[in-house]
Amino acid sequence: MSGKASALLLAPARWRRWEYALWAAIWAAPIVFTSHAALINEIAIFGLFALSLDLILGYTGIVSLGHAAFFGVGGYAAALFAKHVMPDPLVGLAVGTVLAAVLGALTSPMIVRGTDLTRLMVTMGVALVLLELANKFDSITGGADGLPGVMMGPLLGQFTFDLGARVASFYSLAVLFVAFLILRRVVNSPLGLSLKALRDNRLRVMAIGLSVNFRLALIYTLAAALAGAAGALSAQTTGSATLDLLEFHRSADVMLALVLGGTGWLWGGPIGAIAFSVLRDLLSSFTPQYWTFWIGLFLVVLMLVGRERLFRPWTWFKRSGS
Amino acid sequence: MSEVVLETFGLVKRFGGITATNNVSMKVTKGARHALIGPNGAGKTTLINQLTGVLPPSEGRVQLRGRDITSLTPYKRVGLGLVRTFQINQLFASLTPLQSLALAVSSRLDAARRWWQPMGSDSVIGAECEQLLAQFRLSEHADRVTRELPYGKRRLLEIALAVAQKPSVLLLDEPAAGVPAAERRDILDTVAALPDDVSVVLIEHDMDLVFSFAKRMTVLVNGTVLTEGTPQEIAADPQVRAVYLGETKVNHG
Repeated sequence: MSGKASALLLAPARWRRWEYALWAAIWAAPIVFTSHAALINEIAIFGLFALSLDLILGYTGIVSLGHAAFFGVGGYAAALFAKHVMPDPLVGLAVGTVLAAVLGALTSPMIVRGTDLTRLMVTMGVALVLLELANKFDSITGGADGLPGVMMGPLLGQFTFDLGARVASFYSLAVLFVAFLILRRVVNSPLGLSLKALRDNRLRVMAIGLSVNFRLALIYTLAAALAGAAGALSAQTTGSATLDLLEFHRSADVMLALVLGGTGWLWGGPIGAIAFSVLRDLLSSFTPQYWTFWIGLFLVVLMLVGRERLFRPWTWFKRSGS
Repeated sequence: MSEVVLETFGLVKRFGGITATNNVSMKVTKGARHALIGPNGAGKTTLINQLTGVLPPSEGRVQLRGRDITSLTPYKRVGLGLVRTFQINQLFASLTPLQSLALAVSSRLDAARRWWQPMGSDSVIGAECEQLLAQFRLSEHADRVTRELPYGKRRLLEIALAVAQKPSVLLLDEPAAGVPAAERRDILDTVAALPDDVSVVLIEHDMDLVFSFAKRMTVLVNGTVLTEGTPQEIAADPQVRAVYLGETKVNHG
């Protein structure tokens, strides 16, 4: 039976019905919840940022606690570009993306070597160094005051960014959507499969004749570029770039969100971002001071019980292994 | 004597004060069925690691089909046809055997860098995977996640992944190690059915397997080649007997 293997290999690349439905729902959100456009914009950006982390953490197994470095570089680049060169949002987005990619490519040799702990520390270190640089060179970045009042031109020369963030939310969703479509192709390609293989067993990846370092560097650069795009969107749609873009909590939050949504299936980033933001919104309206307590508790339970079990209540009282 | 495919010249590997392999020179001819035997700690694995490029030798050279490959990285040697299996399975636990093989075949066909075409859209790769799955008796398990396969099947996949590279030299590191008796036959059959033009180097403790398979043998003791010859010569060699019967007084060559 020829073609059976090809069909099986192609199966993961097929779009599922619920995926279409979910995207339709996501696109409907800014139309239905007009008053929440700013939140939707924020979630879309966060989703893109988490998606980029999934590429390295979920697909390739590179742990990073400094992903905010790329978010920040993209954000500052877009803000500075709008202030000093030209206010077109798409060109600014491209500049932020490319600069973050360059930083990713330059720092990728550091994540190729060492263990997970090394990578955790190195990525965190890079982000901290950038944070302090942004703080120190205040003539360029505005230091602790940040760069306020970044004025953006109209999107595609037509849509002016409004105070209600309606245009912003569609803009960010569109970028998230395009990134998702591209990654959906990439992760199901031979290259994408080789990344999963890398996560499982580097030694064997070498033994089937593939370069491990090339792949690590490539995917780290791609993830950096997407994180940079998210940062650029953030600076553009909020009209400012501050040190907060580079803060450690940003790297930590994005990992939390991704873990909430699940790693290594692309939807983890967007779903995690939605879950994290909605949870934070709900919890902080109900207990403004202690919402992190509940998020923390939820995470502990999630990790200890396991996602599979937690979201399948009907399996709770069955013996494991049956 | 037929063409030499793989040759080492005085390979030495020192770890601090310990010499793991000492001046090992050996030749593997085209289509060879060559066994590398020796007691534990004889330096077999260190030798394999130098052949495949995992460890750089302290001294000496490795040559593949007349080309010096001593300084090549492991994955580039694989591209040249020097492929190994591992004593302890090194598999992609979360992929299926089909996906793992598809990746191995893509690598050989230089298609593993394709990033836009979905895996499976190339029917050449699919067809070759089917053939490999059948050859290694994995067809029924093609779409199961590797970590859930029975041990014997994982062992077969270990060998299939190497064979998918169409190697000119295949290094088998204890292929039957740990496989339950019931599944052993599959391994032995597939190893015996390897194409004639592939040079196979077998590292094995199981003497039944070694003597049924090998046409040439090298005996490694304390990092040094003790002797080399046909299975009959080796079996009759008093030095080898002494080593395997546990006597320690052996004249090193």
